[in-house]
Amino acid sequence: MRIERRLEQPRWLAVAVPLVSLVVAFAVATVVLLATHHPPLHTFRRLFDAAFLANGALTETVVAATPLAFTGLAAAVAFRMNLFNIGGEGQLYAGAITGATAALLVAGAPSPVVIALMMLAGAAGGAVLGAIPGILRAFFSTNEIITSLMLNYVVALILDYLIFDSHSYLRDTSGFQANVFPQGKMMPDSGTWSTWTLHGLVVPLGALVALGVATAVWLLYSRTRFGFEVRVIGDSARAGRYAGMRTRRKILAVMCLSGAIAGLGGASQDGDFRHQLDPRGLTQSNYGYTGIVVAALARYNPFAVVLIAFLLGGLQNAGYTLQGADFPSGLVGVLQGLILFCALGGELFVRYRVRFERRRAPAAVEPVS
Amino acid sequence: VNNSLLVVVLASGIAYGTPLLYSALGELLAERSGVLNLGVEGMMLVGAVMGFWAVQRIHATTALALLGAIGVAAFAGALMAAIHAFLVVTLRANQIVSGLALTIFAGVAGLSSYLGNDLNLAANPARHQFQGIFPNSFQDLPVVGPIVFGQTALDYAAWVCVLLVALYLTRTRTGLNVRAVGESPAAADAMGINVTRYRYAHTLVGGAFAGVGGATYSLSITPQWIAGLTQGAGWIAIALVIFAFWRPTLCLVGAYFFGAFTALPFALQGHGVTVAPELFQSLPYVMTVLALVLVSSRAARLRFGAPAALGLPYVREER
Repeated sequence: MRIERRLEQPRWLAVAVPLVSLVVAFAVATVVLLATHHPPLHTFRRLFDAAFLANGALTETVVAATPLAFTGLAAAVAFRMNLFNIGGEGQLYAGAITGATAALLVAGAPSPVVIALMMLAGAAGGAVLGAIPGILRAFFSTNEIITSLMLNYVVALILDYLIFDSHSYLRDTSGFQANVFPQGKMMPDSGTWSTWTLHGLVVPLGALVALGVATAVWLLYSRTRFGFEVRVIGDSARAGRYAGMRTRRKILAVMCLSGAIAGLGGASQDGDFRHQLDPRGLTQSNYGYTGIVVAALARYNPFAVVLIAFLLGGLQNAGYTLQGADFPSGLVGVLQGLILFCALGGELFVRYRVRFERRRAPAAVEPVS
Repeated sequence: VNNSLLVVVLASGIAYGTPLLYSALGELLAERSGVLNLGVEGMMLVGAVMGFWAVQRIHATTALALLGAIGVAAFAGALMAAIHAFLVVTLRANQIVSGLALTIFAGVAGLSSYLGNDLNLAANPARHQFQGIFPNSFQDLPVVGPIVFGQTALDYAAWVCVLLVALYLTRTRTGLNVRAVGESPAAADAMGINVTRYRYAHTLVGGAFAGVGGATYSLSITPQWIAGLTQGAGWIAIALVIFAFWRPTLCLVGAYFFGAFTALPFALQGHGVTVAPELFQSLPYVMTVLALVLVSSRAARLRFGAPAALGLPYVREER
């Protein structure tokens, strides 16, 4: 068996491979379900119903998909440049902290002002956190994978500290109940992000912002010089350097952008859905890590990120809804993992051609790429 | 004396450090061969759940049941690592994404919880658990009693593992070959070393170590199965490998250091001092970032740094 690089990647493969990967993932999941005595078809049907068909399911799916779109875009922006920012998780927390602080500080202002400030503060919080691994990578060539990962935990602990172990400005200290069961201060009404209802589907402002960010990222990466340079550096850092591109600046800019998008997702958590700083809810959802899965499945294309976020959001929503004694818990993670494994494996067939030939056959001479 | 803060923290630091030590040793072996596996947390959890399952099902004496459970946990961890190895070595997938996928697949919301739920493991205490192996008269000795003699067989076995891994990497031919594969797979290949086989073997052994690390929780520290009981220890283990500059002996120091930080807030509380536990819990992470910055300079990287080919797939034709 020989594996050789394709000189050009056929278009149809880019569609066919993900679809086949999906089928294979579900086939493996079927085996897992059968091996553990769960009826596979019935289980998948319930999953699909709970995700998309049931009453109000679509609305809940959008709720689950919105943060994934933000973190997915954040990951896609950085990964496209071979900058492995896996700090989306922490950057989202940071955005949630700064967003909530902004909302509480300017509670009296008119609602659009409060909302705009929350977005700004959230994006800024995420960007600052993204800048730390960015600076370390750009100026000390410190591996950004590990530093961004470590910061996730640091910010998660700060989040816990703010609500559970201190009397911070963000903690609700109003009454007896709030002191026994620590929780974040409720946001003012002016900080509640607006929603629109279309045929029973509730569209939160955050989802629209995510769409807007996806469009902006697409424009930035495919229509501007900045985006071109980022893509060149991503494909070959050396080529970029020889062409005189300012790699350090770009690393810093992309890490800040990536952090800002994730931070915006954190502000959307405050304004759209939770209406208070909610450490447990945020840290248990793993939006940041799932966002990396989303970005990888979407092959870093911003519009595909939104679509995949919607599909995976459906899966997660179904997981929450069906949580109970008669539904196999952990199935959603297993499915997500399998889909990603298959997509990753399938990537080989897009980039390479697998040829079966006899051991001793004279190898065809091909030009070295 | 044995109730003094220092002794309590050191003794429980070793106990809390042991799972970190096992997992970090495993990750170190994988990384030394050039494979970054971010799936440690997932492998630990699957090891924990399968080890716990085994100890509930094996009907034998305590020692045999625990030994069997450790074997099962190691096997389960290796099995999880095999997925990662296949994807990144054979299919040349991105190691970061594949490792994260492994953690999602096997982690809290994935296979480990699925298995724990399906095998009905929750809410039962372990039928057998690791306990101190020295008689009480030894454990009551001042200072050294709790620290040196108060540990379980798993903790002592970890010391042996550190020694073995350190000797393996510096004193055996295969160990030196592993380092060659991690530093320069092309050169290793030219020497006639089978890069693929080495990377598979060490990723799998790494998974086995992570499985044992996870089982340390379900059989010794917690001793029961709770979904997600490792609480992010897998990520600390990854940090630890860097903190230890990819050296097994420093892993031991780092693991107990980080373990002590986990234990310190509880110990302080016992002495009537309340400190926000987050302060100490965040120290390992902050210190890892600092350590990483320190070894990032060119000179330090050559001496203490990561294996040069860490995270890069090796494709013979693309040299």
